[in-house]
Amino acid sequence: MDLIRFPEMSRGSLRAMRQTIDGGFRDFTRAWGDTLEAIFAPLQDLLTLIENLLIRSPWILVLAVLAAGIWLLSRSWKIALGSVLALLVVGYFGMWEDTMRTIAMVAVCTLIAVVVGIPIGILMAQSNRMNAMVTPILDMMQTMPSFVYLIPVVMIFGLGKVPGVIAVVIYAIPPVIRLTNLGIRQVAADVLEAAEAFGSSSWQKLRDVQLPLALPTIMAGVNQTIMMSLAMVVVASMIGVRGLGQPVLQAINQQYFTMGVMNGLAIVAIAIIMDRTTQAYGKRLQKHTEAGK
Amino acid sequence: MTEAGTHDIEIRDLYKIFGPEAGRHVEAVKAGLTKTELNDRHNHVLGLQDINLTIPHGRITVIMGLSGSGKSTLIRHINGLIRPTAGQVLYDGLDVVTMTPAQLRDFRRQKTAMVFQKFALLPHRTVLRNVAYGLDIRGIAEAEERARHWIGRVGLQGYEEYYPRQLSGGMQQRVGLARALANDAEILLMDEAFSALDPLIRMDMQSILLELQQELRKTIIFITHDLDEALRLGDKIAILRDGAMEQVGDGQEIVLRPANAYIAEFVREVNRGRIIEARTIAAPAAEGRELPGFAVKARSRLDLVARRMTKAGVSEAQVRDGDRLVGIIDLPSILEAMVNPADAASDD
Ligand SMILES: Nc1ncnc2c1ncn2[C@@H]1O[C@H](COP(=O)(O)OP(=O)(O)OP(=O)(O)O)[C@@H](O)[C@H]1O
Ligand SMILES: [Mg+2]
Repeated sequence: MDLIRFPEMSRGSLRAMRQTIDGGFRDFTRAWGDTLEAIFAPLQDLLTLIENLLIRSPWILVLAVLAAGIWLLSRSWKIALGSVLALLVVGYFGMWEDTMRTIAMVAVCTLIAVVVGIPIGILMAQSNRMNAMVTPILDMMQTMPSFVYLIPVVMIFGLGKVPGVIAVVIYAIPPVIRLTNLGIRQVAADVLEAAEAFGSSSWQKLRDVQLPLALPTIMAGVNQTIMMSLAMVVVASMIGVRGLGQPVLQAINQQYFTMGVMNGLAIVAIAIIMDRTTQAYGKRLQKHTEAGK
Repeated sequence: MTEAGTHDIEIRDLYKIFGPEAGRHVEAVKAGLTKTELNDRHNHVLGLQDINLTIPHGRITVIMGLSGSGKSTLIRHINGLIRPTAGQVLYDGLDVVTMTPAQLRDFRRQKTAMVFQKFALLPHRTVLRNVAYGLDIRGIAEAEERARHWIGRVGLQGYEEYYPRQLSGGMQQRVGLARALANDAEILLMDEAFSALDPLIRMDMQSILLELQQELRKTIIFITHDLDEALRLGDKIAILRDGAMEQVGDGQEIVLRPANAYIAEFVREVNRGRIIEARTIAAPAAEGRELPGFAVKARSRLDLVARRMTKAGVSEAQVRDGDRLVGIIDLPSILEAMVNPADAASDD
């Protein structure tokens, strides 16, 4: 017996197996592709709307609105001012439109991740069975190479924004789910007992006690999700998502060093703005933990 | 007090076993299986056994016992936070044990309020919002107004907008007390509510509670492992040991006539002169006997009675409850009562 060669299945059967699965998937795509595309059409509209709003409005207005939003969340002049400066520089170097596209994409993806992820996290916190079921799926989602997501998504939706959004959301959603679950589970048992003793319903417990106390942790999850969406938006440029990722891809293919670095730095700038803003917001949510008045 | 009787809380034949197959062991426990045996043989914990207790309406009932004796377990049966393995908890014709979740929620909202050892305030809410919490849950419109009233009553006006973290332990527990009182419930459950406070603050809180109770006449179940606290607050005292009820009675009975050696040990260090009242040791006056000229009040503490009598230079006094003659008291019997029998025996 040959002990060196691994006893693998024959080439023929392996090929047959792959062909069957791929064939099945292709049939599925043919049968359901249009339906799925129709379901996700509103997503496309939303994304286009935000993109147009950011790109077609006067730039100074967009900048003012962004700065105001950043200040409202962070309540920090330093962060707001730094963001404005960074955006001005990025715009001056000709990357305004791509930056706006990327911001729109990240905003939509984060919104979807939050809207879908928080309820899943809540369910996981309420039920240990749900927790045991979802945790391995999240583990898989986080370790699977990000490119692999792109394949089935592209098979169903083709190239474009919608498959981009779906791939990004799948990649970036685990932290919101995990940290929502963790935040709720960390709520002190005696406070929960007090809520129960005063006759709270489960919904009241969730609304008045669990979610508010978990909020800082949930915000940490949202922050991570934003960072991961941003990273994945660049990868998703391979399937036709426009924005700062595309010039980077082009720069790699044609070895344009400066172009790559400039767009890379623009992405870094957005990342820092989003990170500092959401972190400052998260800190503000923990106001009650400070001593002194 | 015709109507009030039904508002007593009646705990009947209550058993609580912790463990996955609690129901299977309850018969064995009824037949005499002990806590240690249950633990060793079946890996289940005996929380409470054969508890029968009437908690009178409008009074303070203290449940006392050492750590692990089952005090918290017992008090949580009254508002259904813990379900018994067997037995009943009756109030106003209803059994808390058989209530549906919705009934239980209403019962907790309308009839009970609870104060916790570690305060259990909501850290993200201000003092005002914490006190209003029980009312918010019930959707009561004037929640804030009522909360402000109770914040005033516990002496915290001016602190409405503070967060719990910004307050000392004593102040936090005042918030806990105000939160419970704002609920306007008849039953007040207090699980070692003052145990986490240092002695002076603790005395303060006891005074606040007694003062409020004078006026509110709530049915209070107060848990403590401190005998002095129990004697100061309790109209009725129940002593638990390893989940079983050892003795039930008022402070006088427990101190003067401990039911067994365990309780005798428990009350040994207590300052008897400050607890025992003149009426408790007064001897009935013999028929036609001439009464002493000096009189003391029936509810006076023995140490004070002794001092007054020595000052007046008398050795005998009438004990009077208003117009009524309760009996006769003399200095030797006062001294006798003030000395702990166990100490006296060891010194002979
Ligand atoms: N959920 C539970 N599971 C298993 N055993 C429990 C549980 N809750 C309480 N017990 C056990 O029941 C017994 C009584 O506990 P309980 O908390 O009522 O005591 P306690 O008198 O309130 O003590 P302490 O003064 O420390 O608060 C203890 O032996 C405890 O270990
Ligand atoms: Mg306890």
